Amino acid sequence: MGLKEVLKPLGAWRQIAKRPHTILVPKVSREAAERYRGFHVNDLEKCIGCGTCAAVCPNEAIDMVPVEGIEPKKGDSGFRPRIDYGRCCWCGLCVDSCPTTSLRMTNEYIWVRETPDDFVYIPGYHIKGFEKKEKGYRKDKEHSFTDYHRVPMRELPPEERVETFAEVVLGYAEEEARREADRCVGCGLCIAGCPDRMHIPDYIRAIASGEYARSVNIMYENNPFAELCGKVCTRRCESYCSLGHEGDPVAIRWLKRFATERFSDLKQVIKVKKAEPKDKSVGIIGAGPGGLTAAYYLALRGYKVTVYEAMPEAGGMTMAGIPKYRFPFPSLKKQVDFILSQGVELKLNYFVDQERFRELMKKHHAIYIGVGLMKPWTLGVPGEDHPNVIYAIDFLRKINFKEPVEVGKEVVVIGGGDVAMDAARVSRRLGAEVTIAYRRRKVDMPADHEEIEGAEEEGVRIWEKIIPIRVEDAPEGKVKLVYGKAKMVDQGPGKRPKPVLIEGEEYELVVDRIIVAIGQQADLSFLPPEIAEKMEVERGRIKVNHRQMTSVEGIFAGGDVANRVADAISAIADGLRAVKGIELYFQGKMD
Amino acid sequence: MSKEEVRLFIGPQHPGVTGNMSVEVLLKGDTITWAKTHIGYLHRGFEKLMERRIYIKSFPLVCRICVPEPDTNEENFARGLEELAGIEIPERAKWIRTLVLELSRLQMFIMWYGGIAGSMGLSTPVQWGIGDRDYILDLFEELTGGRIYHIYIMPGGVRKDLPEGFEERVLKLMDIIEQRLPEYDEIIMENAVVQKRLKGLAKIPRDWVDEMGITGPVARACGFPYDVRKDHPYEAYPYLDFDVITEDGCDAWAMLLVRRREIDLSINLIRQIIEKMPKGEFLARLPNVLYWKIPPGETYVKSEATRGEFGYYMVSDGSDKPRRVHVNGPSFVHGITLLERLLVGQNIADVAPIMVSLQTCPPEMER
Repeated sequence: MGLKEVLKPLGAWRQIAKRPHTILVPKVSREAAERYRGFHVNDLEKCIGCGTCAAVCPNEAIDMVPVEGIEPKKGDSGFRPRIDYGRCCWCGLCVDSCPTTSLRMTNEYIWVRETPDDFVYIPGYHIKGFEKKEKGYRKDKEHSFTDYHRVPMRELPPEERVETFAEVVLGYAEEEARREADRCVGCGLCIAGCPDRMHIPDYIRAIASGEYARSVNIMYENNPFAELCGKVCTRRCESYCSLGHEGDPVAIRWLKRFATERFSDLKQVIKVKKAEPKDKSVGIIGAGPGGLTAAYYLALRGYKVTVYEAMPEAGGMTMAGIPKYRFPFPSLKKQVDFILSQGVELKLNYFVDQERFRELMKKHHAIYIGVGLMKPWTLGVPGEDHPNVIYAIDFLRKINFKEPVEVGKEVVVIGGGDVAMDAARVSRRLGAEVTIAYRRRKVDMPADHEEIEGAEEEGVRIWEKIIPIRVEDAPEGKVKLVYGKAKMVDQGPGKRPKPVLIEGEEYELVVDRIIVAIGQQADLSFLPPEIAEKMEVERGRIKVNHRQMTSVEGIFAGGDVANRVADAISAIADGLRAVKGIELYFQGKMD
Repeated sequence: MSKEEVRLFIGPQHPGVTGNMSVEVLLKGDTITWAKTHIGYLHRGFEKLMERRIYIKSFPLVCRICVPEPDTNEENFARGLEELAGIEIPERAKWIRTLVLELSRLQMFIMWYGGIAGSMGLSTPVQWGIGDRDYILDLFEELTGGRIYHIYIMPGGVRKDLPEGFEERVLKLMDIIEQRLPEYDEIIMENAVVQKRLKGLAKIPRDWVDEMGITGPVARACGFPYDVRKDHPYEAYPYLDFDVITEDGCDAWAMLLVRRREIDLSINLIRQIIEKMPKGEFLARLPNVLYWKIPPGETYVKSEATRGEFGYYMVSDGSDKPRRVHVNGPSFVHGITLLERLLVGQNIADVAPIMVSLQTCPPEMER
């Protein structure tokens, strides 16, 4: 150590001639990096208020709050995240877990205000000036917490399907089901989509953690036809799913199917709590899903229940209408038997007419009408009474009860709903060439898109914008459909375009059978006149209050005969609602 | 305490540049006759907090256990979780993690290099250290979206891939830092004041290393060639070519030499990583993190932090929250057991240089 070590450090003075390293704020501003995790912005239009950001926030900095001008609607809770920057740690987990990718961060990091309240705000609603900033931390959909890809469902190949009435859908394997169930973020927006308000996130979570029996028990809390819904539900819940905005919604229906199918004996799985027997009895007309749901929960509440069914099997439309390749009979029998095991009495082949209705009125303290829609709508064109013109509902019933039906080699199905698809696909299985003629376009069809795709895969042709004009006899026992083409006339925003016949053009199609599937209507002729005149009927449906009671005291109604949605799950929901209604009626507390 | 002694509290405001803790000493003249450390000023209960949070919520939490070098925590937590959950992470993720760890080590050592001078009243190198470190933080900001808390090494891999042209910018900065280091050396290593004060200061008897469990640069300055990167290689370290740095002075000067050579090593490693890094996926698909249950089990993962061996002991009972997470910070040994014994007989003015030489980091003592 010497003089050198004393003088060397003075070399630091050389720096005085160099440029400073510091940034002279505020004269010079520094923009943060592209990925910087700064203040949040939220696209309020894209946000659905699912609350996943609040659920994942490690600091509980995010609250979901109502926002003026945003109303809860289909798949939108109406809430929006409010962020407390006194708690936020800028980790960006909220951004990574946002299913709709509406929430992101900007690269803004300077926000100076006098009051702490200014640091608690709703991004996107309270405008802070950096909403337009493009830079900042964003979610990368493929590398985030959200799995947007549904586990594909295995199905029979189309060429095998048309040979058999075996179930098309093969179901998930255990590992697949758990993987699919694990995608659910548990936001619960789907519950509002289910007419029956099933506890969807709960039973899906139970499946994800392998607790299948618990899952089925959760389902049975408000739906004794869980397996039915697992196979053929119209699954409006899935269109509410928060993952559906940027990817595939969770396969709620298939998961329900998976869990329920695991148990062949429901009595060993479902833990029922039965109330003390009560001295009131309820008569239920129609053993469809709605009627049997009401019967099941009434029986659990201790009431004496008798179900009257005109057909030789219980199940209503799910027995007579839905083809067995979608909903096999053993599955229905399993569910119906479990309901009956709770002390429900079932009378089959018991057609209720006016006389019998009067008897039931005397015998029971309350009546539930769940007769469904059994009378088909007709085309209303000349020549419709031709013997080769048949109605889908009759056709499917005969098939399902294994009665002989002849469809010939060529069939045209008129209609675009699920029943039309069923009739077409059943005809394919009977060996016919099938054409579906629909008066609107394919995109306007009310049928489930999976049904339309399934039908097309099986070789069903779909003709759009076809309007039947008349039916004529044709040689060799065939029938001729004379039809015109339609043009779509715009009806203004929010309304379906209307098909209008192009005049002066006529086309012909000669086929073996014409199957009409343009809807069904209620047949209320079984009501005695003294009841019928008191019962309000609105556009073909029995009018009911919020407890499913008709305008006649003590008579309740539900399912297709009372609601316009006309699917199994809303019938089940009606049945469940009626149980509460009947109980309140018995207690004299009807509100 | 005799009548000739004075009781003095040093801290809890940053004594030197190590963080909030306090050292209580008895002085006889200028000489310390007794020392006791007091911690607790930074206690935030990380370990207990983790037991009450689902796993993913601990991910932004663990980086706070050591502020200047947060990535070791993130890496240990992620690796432990992956071991418990049986997740195989992509190869590229391992290399990116190693790059982040080495960049983090480099910025920590550069800041420390300035800091050791600062502890002796030489304030110029402190400014330099902070300033040059910021260029590395710029890189972190670009890569991870955060400057100090990166929240980047996620269970399953890393959160984002390298941005375009990032490798070149890293290499360019390495060149700049390499050119800059001789200027540091000139005013620190070749400074009479530093040499006079550090040579022979805080001489550690060799047998204390095993007795107390001293690790990291402090152990290596005593001639123990123990480096977790070499002895228990993790992430991409098995594929990197380097030797463990040792000195045998056992004093503060030897610790300075080790750390100065570590800076060169880090730059070397960063260049190797960039050269060898494979392409491909960087994040494994995780289960739904909101409901992520980890199979029952326990594991201990460790890595080489700038202060020494850093470890995470994690126990899962099969639920979605850890049963126990124990964080083993090297500063616990260095900053309490060793420091209390080393201070006895030292001059009061040397408390700060000794603490900085041991590189005590209070937040990791009181998790």
